[in-house]
Amino acid sequence: MSYPTSININGNRYDKSIDPRTLLVHFIREECGLTGTHIGCDTSNCGACTVLLDGNAVKSCTVLAVQANNHEITTVEGLANDDGSFTPVQEGFRQEHGLQCGYCTPGMLMAATALLDEIPNPSEQEIRENLEGNLCRCTGYEMIVRSVQWAAQNPDGIPVQIGESS
Amino acid sequence: MSIVGTKVIRKEDPNLLTGRGQYVDDIQLTGMTHMAFVRSTEAHALIKGIDVSAALECEGVIGAWTAADLELPPLPEVPGLERPTLATDKVRFVGEAVAVIVAESKYAAADGTELVVVDYEPLEAVTNIEEATAEDAPLLFEELGSNTVAEVPSADDHQSVFDSAPHTEKIKLINNRCTAAPIETSACLADYGPAGLTIWASFQAPHHLRNRISAWLGIPQDQCRVITPDVGGGFGQKINFTPEFFLAPVLSKILNRPVKYSQTRSEAMTSMYHGRAQEQEVDIAFDNEGKIQALRVFASQDMGGYAIGTGMGMPVLTTAMSAGCYVIPNVSVAWRNVLTNTTPIAAYRGAGRPEATYLIERAMDHIAYKLEMDPTEVRRQNYIPKDDFPYATHSELAVYDSGNFEGALDELLEIMDYESIREEQVANQDMPEKPLIGVGFSSWLELAGFGPPGSLEGFGHLGSWESVQIRIQPDGSAIIYTGASPHGQGTVTTFAQIASEYLGIEYDKISVRHGDTATIPQGIGTMGSRQVAVGGEGVKNASIGIVQKAKSIAAHKLEANPEDIEVKDGSLFVKGSPSKSLSWAEVATFSFQRLELPEDMDPGSLDETILQEVPNFSFPSGAYACVIEIDKHTGDTRVRDIYLVDDCGTVINPLLAEGQVHGGVAQGIAQALYEEFSYDENGQPTTATFIDYLMPGAPDLPSYTSGRINTPNPNNSLGAKGIGESGSVGTPPAVINAVVDALRHLGVTHIDMPATPQKIWKILQGGTK
Ligand code: FES
Ligand code: FES
Repeated sequence: MSYPTSININGNRYDKSIDPRTLLVHFIREECGLTGTHIGCDTSNCGACTVLLDGNAVKSCTVLAVQANNHEITTVEGLANDDGSFTPVQEGFRQEHGLQCGYCTPGMLMAATALLDEIPNPSEQEIRENLEGNLCRCTGYEMIVRSVQWAAQNPDGIPVQIGESS
Repeated sequence: MSIVGTKVIRKEDPNLLTGRGQYVDDIQLTGMTHMAFVRSTEAHALIKGIDVSAALECEGVIGAWTAADLELPPLPEVPGLERPTLATDKVRFVGEAVAVIVAESKYAAADGTELVVVDYEPLEAVTNIEEATAEDAPLLFEELGSNTVAEVPSADDHQSVFDSAPHTEKIKLINNRCTAAPIETSACLADYGPAGLTIWASFQAPHHLRNRISAWLGIPQDQCRVITPDVGGGFGQKINFTPEFFLAPVLSKILNRPVKYSQTRSEAMTSMYHGRAQEQEVDIAFDNEGKIQALRVFASQDMGGYAIGTGMGMPVLTTAMSAGCYVIPNVSVAWRNVLTNTTPIAAYRGAGRPEATYLIERAMDHIAYKLEMDPTEVRRQNYIPKDDFPYATHSELAVYDSGNFEGALDELLEIMDYESIREEQVANQDMPEKPLIGVGFSSWLELAGFGPPGSLEGFGHLGSWESVQIRIQPDGSAIIYTGASPHGQGTVTTFAQIASEYLGIEYDKISVRHGDTATIPQGIGTMGSRQVAVGGEGVKNASIGIVQKAKSIAAHKLEANPEDIEVKDGSLFVKGSPSKSLSWAEVATFSFQRLELPEDMDPGSLDETILQEVPNFSFPSGAYACVIEIDKHTGDTRVRDIYLVDDCGTVINPLLAEGQVHGGVAQGIAQALYEEFSYDENGQPTTATFIDYLMPGAPDLPSYTSGRINTPNPNNSLGAKGIGESGSVGTPPAVINAVVDALRHLGVTHIDMPATPQKIWKILQGGTK
């Protein structure tokens, strides 16, 4: 059985005929080839698969693709501006070393983007609590917190020059 | 300004921040198929039969195979103890691969595995060392006659010292079983075509995998290519062989199609190698001043269901490092490796050294309890003086290179307010609504920078060096190829920094390539905190070699002596007359042109390959302190503050060094407070998902306060020691010492890791333990 599904991802419409049990994360990765969104668990704990669904952060492994039919999705590939420049969140992660292996990073970026959308100047505690559903095994989280703080403080994403110490 | 030692943001990041990274599961090949495993649901059982017929009927399933169908050799591991690639007549742990399915899609492959029927005849399982070593214990391998697969007694138990010592103490410790759990699970993709085999693998040592797989398959190494693209974390778990890397090529050849495997988390929890799982019996003898006179250690290492090389080596490293940073005149060590019906054990960040640090740092606090001394005082009584290096220990593996252990403690006490924490501790004890406060110390020392010749060979590697090749391009940019295989460490950035420093070429004109056996010189890989201390030293030496030759070319063109040429800011010029200069780009172009070169130089000679060796391990050290808060009513325990003084010798990039420490400390706190991989009495795992295995999230961990001292490593010219594992080595005893310290007034002297709220609540209810 296959089911016609149309999802707008990063401004592009994808029309696919899919097995109705297909998870949104598999639709994004396997059907549309947008592999920036990752999978790190099968129990909805890790948040590596986080995307924005109509602007809200969701774990795309807990949503059936058919449930997203006719909705708008933003993935990590849709974050940067058209000229390739980074959003403040992306730039913050780069400036503050908010990533090591990079595997949790797309999910973190999406969760942080949704957070700053809702709370533009979050406290450290608010950042930690809002990222609770996103696991990172590399960073120990402090630099992720600093990255989000950087983004909050630099809404225009001013880059620091390479080699500058701080 | 020197670029070594500077905070530089990473070259790795732009791809990873835009979804342009490429992890194994991201790769799609034409005609690609998907592999999935049927895994044992029994801890110990005979396989009476496997029926795959229903799976073969399943839509989308291409094939199903058992050990009998494929007749494969075992995985290339310890001779005599090899692990079958697919279970043959018996299974030895829950999660062991029993059969394999290949299908057109991931979903169809998963459907297929559900339809395979395995007929097990359950056997009694042994799930811990005590059971496995009991007299009538069921045996995992009947033919071995015992579950103990290796045993090394001590040469001298120093009993006479214990007999005459003013104080002795016996301590039993359990280093809890953990899983590294990188967020990317295991994954591979094999494409075996007429031109040979290519395997994309989430792995830390591509050449190691290439060499072993080609030998296992009986094909020449030139026709076997291993690519490790972006790898989503490893922590030692991805230097070991698991069946998928061997089966995917075999099935790709049979089907003449690419075969991909991407593991589910549930599979990863039981089938990727675990770490730690070591029990220790520790005896100490000490005098009235707290000076330790003798240390006796007996380490029992749980091997899990199969003994592999890295797992076998764990107690070797633990017993080598048991004396920590202290002068201990009499040390006696013994160990054994024991099979149990659990997931096999291998390296996990720190690998044997966290276990050593934990035992000696717990022992230090036991001395403090007994003599009612301050824990910092006990440590001061015992430190190896800073002028006593190199320092030979009881172990020939461990000849400490340099350190300043008391200096690290002094620095630690500078960055924390010890006195006021102690005051708060006492004050809070009588205030019902205030949490209990505890402060714990760890003066840790580890063995890193693997290693001197023979060290990694002992774990099955080809050598202990690392390869570095630097090739200057005609435009004066440089490409570094290295056998190091980073997966988060930032090696592309740090190697480019080192090369920029010593080549005099801009950082932005240096690229680092790794993780492809077809294009990189034979290498070893990333493990054992070796990247900077070994590979980085190679980058420096290769750079120096290239600059020598570049100077000859510049001297030839500028009609000067090579000794008079200097390199700075992208140009080569004659000392004292900067106008007589050539840009790096000009020299680079000349280096490819016969007519521009001195007679004794060939075109293309700005190309240097080094297999960098090191004469000794390195010994990073430091002093950590942890402040714990315990809720008196619920037992809820959290790290309020953690203070971290590291000595990793020379730091290449302080931002990245700090990141490495944070990650390791997080894993150390996790081991001490949250994580334990456990089994019920039948060997069924009870923590096999992220729901039950409590990997900490952002709200569970504190901010980290860092300090640093620097005693350069005398065994490499950079002076670097390595920093990848420090945090996970130094942290667990600091946390547990703090937890016990918070409960000391209740008579508590020990609590096993993980110190869960349940355990602590029980203590609070009972008053003492
Ligand atoms: S993959 Fe979705 S939460 Fe882990
Ligand atoms: S950067 Fe590796 S898991 Fe977060």
